[in-house]
Amino acid sequence: MKINVKHVAKLANLPLSQEEEKKFEKQLSSILEYVEQLNSVDTKNFEITSQITGLENITREDKTSISLFQEEALSNSKSNHNGMFKIKKIL
Amino acid sequence: MKPVIGLEVHVELKTKSKMFCGCSADYFGKKPNTHTCPVCLGLPGALPVPNKTAIEWCVMLGMALDCNIPLFSKFDRKNYFYPDLAKGYQISQYDEPFCLKGSIKLGSGKTIRITRVHMEEDTGKLIHENVNGQGITLIDFNRSGVPLVEIVTEPDFDNTKDVLDYLKKLQQIARYLDISNADMEKGDMRLEPNISLRSNTTNTTNNTNQQITNKLPNYKVEVKNINSFRFVEKAIAFEIKRQTEIIEKKGIPVQETRGWDENKQKTVTQRVKEEASDYRYFPEPDIPPIRWNDKKLLMIKKQIPELPDTKKRRFQKQYNISQYDAEILTREKTLADFYETCVNDGQKANLTAKQVSNYIINKKIDIESTLPAEIIKNIKALTIYLRIDESEIKKIVERVLNENKNAVGDYRNGKVSAVQYLIGKVLMVSKEKLEVSRVKKILEEKLND
Repeated sequence: MKINVKHVAKLANLPLSQEEEKKFEKQLSSILEYVEQLNSVDTKNFEITSQITGLENITREDKTSISLFQEEALSNSKSNHNGMFKIKKIL
Repeated sequence: MKPVIGLEVHVELKTKSKMFCGCSADYFGKKPNTHTCPVCLGLPGALPVPNKTAIEWCVMLGMALDCNIPLFSKFDRKNYFYPDLAKGYQISQYDEPFCLKGSIKLGSGKTIRITRVHMEEDTGKLIHENVNGQGITLIDFNRSGVPLVEIVTEPDFDNTKDVLDYLKKLQQIARYLDISNADMEKGDMRLEPNISLRSNTTNTTNNTNQQITNKLPNYKVEVKNINSFRFVEKAIAFEIKRQTEIIEKKGIPVQETRGWDENKQKTVTQRVKEEASDYRYFPEPDIPPIRWNDKKLLMIKKQIPELPDTKKRRFQKQYNISQYDAEILTREKTLADFYETCVNDGQKANLTAKQVSNYIINKKIDIESTLPAEIIKNIKALTIYLRIDESEIKKIVERVLNENKNAVGDYRNGKVSAVQYLIGKVLMVSKEKLEVSRVKKILEEKLND
């Protein structure tokens, strides 16, 4: 199976060199082939699920709890300004 | 050419806490980044747990819009990179939303089909600034993770009037349900029309009953994040004109996302539309699915109050008022409730529901600052004037004219102000309270005889 690594990398926001592109194309293809083996399993009598914990309806009541202080929230940021995270202009 | 318009509307819920964490959802005007925690900052290892009230409100809105509520539903991750989205994905719903296939009936009688109503989370707020001549973007995550309901329609609109009617109805329903302030100016409600044009050429060269092709156009232009009804109106009008010009030149408008620029009074390109699969949706592994049963759904349904259209029809019938009056009185639930309290109180004072509605509507009563008891008192005062017989007033007027010959002479000699003196006399003589304008009219008739 051929994978468009460039496209996948773009969607994942990952900058890849040309060598890496080649390398990952191979690796990802073989991973997919490996996982494809699952197709040979007979799943006729199984319900489709996206959760294997068996849990359902895990919710919380609408109650507020204490938030971080502004300084705490910003403490891991590379750069901040006026209490906000600061990044290069995106528009 | 005929416009084909569909709508996506985001409504922010007014829950106390956010969608997946306990941070306060009341972010408007608060100090930046003071309503955040590891969950809504998207820090590694944080576990989102959905807000039960938000989910129930989403379902309630779906029910109010006549949707089916599937017994099974789940959350999904919608992956994209943008600085206002801390996690690199938004928790949303993809193929199994809470509500499917509803409808809203417009004033024109037309029915707009609702495709789905689903639950998701809001993003942070970006502020673009210039600091020391350098362009920067600042991020405030207070809004990140606030519960957001998205309501998607089928492309059933073909004119702006219906779009506005739909939006007002949706806003009104959200407010009746008391799940959102739906305040446009605060960004509680954001609108995204998608617009394209369909040529309405039918094949007239042969005589077969050729139907107008109901196929949708092969492109659509989405206008993002409009926060005013007026802008949505202008954006749609602009797009119809822009696309018409392209098609008339034998072109096809580009499928893309545009934004409304109020300064330039036009829509501008934002980005060329990505395909849905580019979001790489997949089931949210951190949140177990939601399963309803009939009992739980019934409990939500029971919380739905009488909705605007039903209330309007009931008011017309029960209180014998016009459709127009019923419309005004049911525009907001608080006014409708106020009116009904007044009608009840008024009954004890022998006032009809019609008298009450006339008074409230004509006097443009501010219900925030007026008590129902005051309304009744005021209407009563008005009706006492009216109950005094015209002949009663005439009798008093005759008497006053006889007793004040000087003033009458003055008036007839051109001193018009003498009438004021006579009015004062009439009011003094009368035992009942009289309406000045009525007294004046009768006096003048007699004087000019």
